[in-house]
Amino acid sequence: MALPLEKYLRVGKLPHIWCPGCGHGIVTQAIIRAIDETGLDTEETVIVSGIGCSSRAPGYMNFDTLHTTHGRAIPFATGIKMANPELNVIVITGDGDAAAIGGNHLIHAARRNIGLTVVCFNNNIYGMTSGQYSPLTPRGSYASTAPYGMFERPFDLCELVKGAGGSFIARSTAYHTRHLTNMIKEALKYEGFSFVDALSQCPTYYGRRNRLRTPLDMLNWLRDRAVPASSWDKMTPEEKDGKFPIGILVNQPSTELTKVYGEVMVKAAAEGGRG
Amino acid sequence: MNGSKPKLLQGNEACVEGAIAAGLKFFAGYPITPSTEIAELCAARLPQVGGKFLQMEDEIASMAAICGASLAGRKSMTATSGPGFSLKQENIGFAVEAEIPCVVVDVQRVGPSTGMPTSAAQGDVMQARWGTHGDHEIVVLSPSSVLEAYTLTVTAFNIAEELRTPVILLMDEMVGHLREKVVLPEKSELVVRDRAKPDLPPGQYKPYADYGDPAKIAPLAAFGEGYKYHVTGLTHGEDGFPTNNPQAGATQIKRINDKITYRKKDLPQAEELFTDDAEVFVFSFGGTARSAKKAVRDARAAGLKAGLIRPVTIWPFLEEPLLKAKAKKPKAVIVPEMNLGQIVRPVKRVIGDTCPVVGLNKLGGQYIEPDEILEAVKEAILRGSAS
Repeated sequence: MALPLEKYLRVGKLPHIWCPGCGHGIVTQAIIRAIDETGLDTEETVIVSGIGCSSRAPGYMNFDTLHTTHGRAIPFATGIKMANPELNVIVITGDGDAAAIGGNHLIHAARRNIGLTVVCFNNNIYGMTSGQYSPLTPRGSYASTAPYGMFERPFDLCELVKGAGGSFIARSTAYHTRHLTNMIKEALKYEGFSFVDALSQCPTYYGRRNRLRTPLDMLNWLRDRAVPASSWDKMTPEEKDGKFPIGILVNQPSTELTKVYGEVMVKAAAEGGRG
Repeated sequence: MNGSKPKLLQGNEACVEGAIAAGLKFFAGYPITPSTEIAELCAARLPQVGGKFLQMEDEIASMAAICGASLAGRKSMTATSGPGFSLKQENIGFAVEAEIPCVVVDVQRVGPSTGMPTSAAQGDVMQARWGTHGDHEIVVLSPSSVLEAYTLTVTAFNIAEELRTPVILLMDEMVGHLREKVVLPEKSELVVRDRAKPDLPPGQYKPYADYGDPAKIAPLAAFGEGYKYHVTGLTHGEDGFPTNNPQAGATQIKRINDKITYRKKDLPQAEELFTDDAEVFVFSFGGTARSAKKAVRDARAAGLKAGLIRPVTIWPFLEEPLLKAKAKKPKAVIVPEMNLGQIVRPVKRVIGDTCPVVGLNKLGGQYIEPDEILEAVKEAILRGSAS
């Protein structure tokens, strides 16, 4: 018997490569549910990824899918959207992919307000290469390249995208599955650039080094630090310490880039350039 | 733009007009001397003809964006120079591996590194060949005039589409910034090849099909056409999905190399001048070939039997004209190039011990003058007669 969401998957390509207890399957499922509930046409939806554990997800998803180079999913997706604005373009990326090697592309896509939905599978570690620290690794956490504890300051990805002009920004976690699906749904409905910071767990390479050995320990760790966005602003800096807001953090209408470029084309055809 | 009326055009401008004539619909680029005019003109011209331009945040993103646009079914191009060409290499490799048609223009300037940004050089010959990692063949074309910057850009798109591969248009600052009076060919005179469409329904379509025949290349469906296929930079099977099977991996890598070497004979052949009875050959490409042509003509006027071989396809290296020259037992082959000696290497490999292969090299952005080449021709004839 076919399961209700099976049509969105390339069942023949399963099982996936992720470790037992990894949160990426939960986030992938949330994307699929959001696509289903939003009613996106699967033939007009393209899923693009970079390199890393998260970026293997599109291979299991039954769409036009593009697994690109490390950090570059967003510019590949930008080319697709510019070439054919009718397509729904979803980017699946990780915290190393999006915030380190691909950080420049993330901020510029937000600035341009190009109609992509970027979901960052943020497990705050490089999983594929077995546990090096990322720009999202919390201070003091252990990683294979931070054997004495993380000594750098981490990013707040939502604040970064906000600073770059991002006009739809949301956050949720692999613990809050229904909430996560809703956040992705809202992101998919948003016409311009939308960003979802989807916190996920890596028990194998983060948990084991940080006294969070089981997947349940890690899910509880996500749950205990998440605060609804509605309560966040009422909290004192002391109360916010070590925690993060979940929910829709920014949502303001802004004309999408390919729409603006459509106006450029009309103008160019009418009057010619001034080059 | 086209028609019998002469125009005064720059090489970079001619490249853009050629690209538009070939059906360019998306350009992504980043400002860099001496290729910037290509981006500027694309910004003005593309939206006039239903195309789109985007100035990206960096060179890497530009290369990525044209790959994405091509997968969405639009003819795509980027242009750059030295440092930017270095940055693009990883995604050029992606286009090679994922078999994505696109055109990459490199207007060469003096390197290494920032070098001399406004000065001409021909130092990217080997980078164009081996700039990205791993075993691969790549098509590299080099124009030597403004008109050829136009026609070869059209050819570059045709080859990219037919062979499903990135094609490098290797210009140099001399040709890129050269202004010449040109009569562009009528649209009806141009051969423009469009992308083949799959004739199999989704489900049966194999984007990386291996027909066991290098002449046959799987058509590329556009994203959004319902094929729901997978594209990856990982070594993959015929269905496009990654494989760890050593045999399947080897077969895939071999196939993307063979499809290009098999078509060597169809790539733009060398221009030959006075080669029938030549005793000394000058082998020269791009901007430098302009000086070489004058030198060979001057030599003939002085009664010296010099001939010119000007390769238009730089890679894969087309040996035929050099093998013909070798059979004539020439006194020398002179290879002028604005670098320390790059194209001279495959020339030496082909000529072997038959005769001296003499490099004539200049650095620092200095053009090689016709007289310098003429002197080398005279010297070679003198030395050849003495021995």
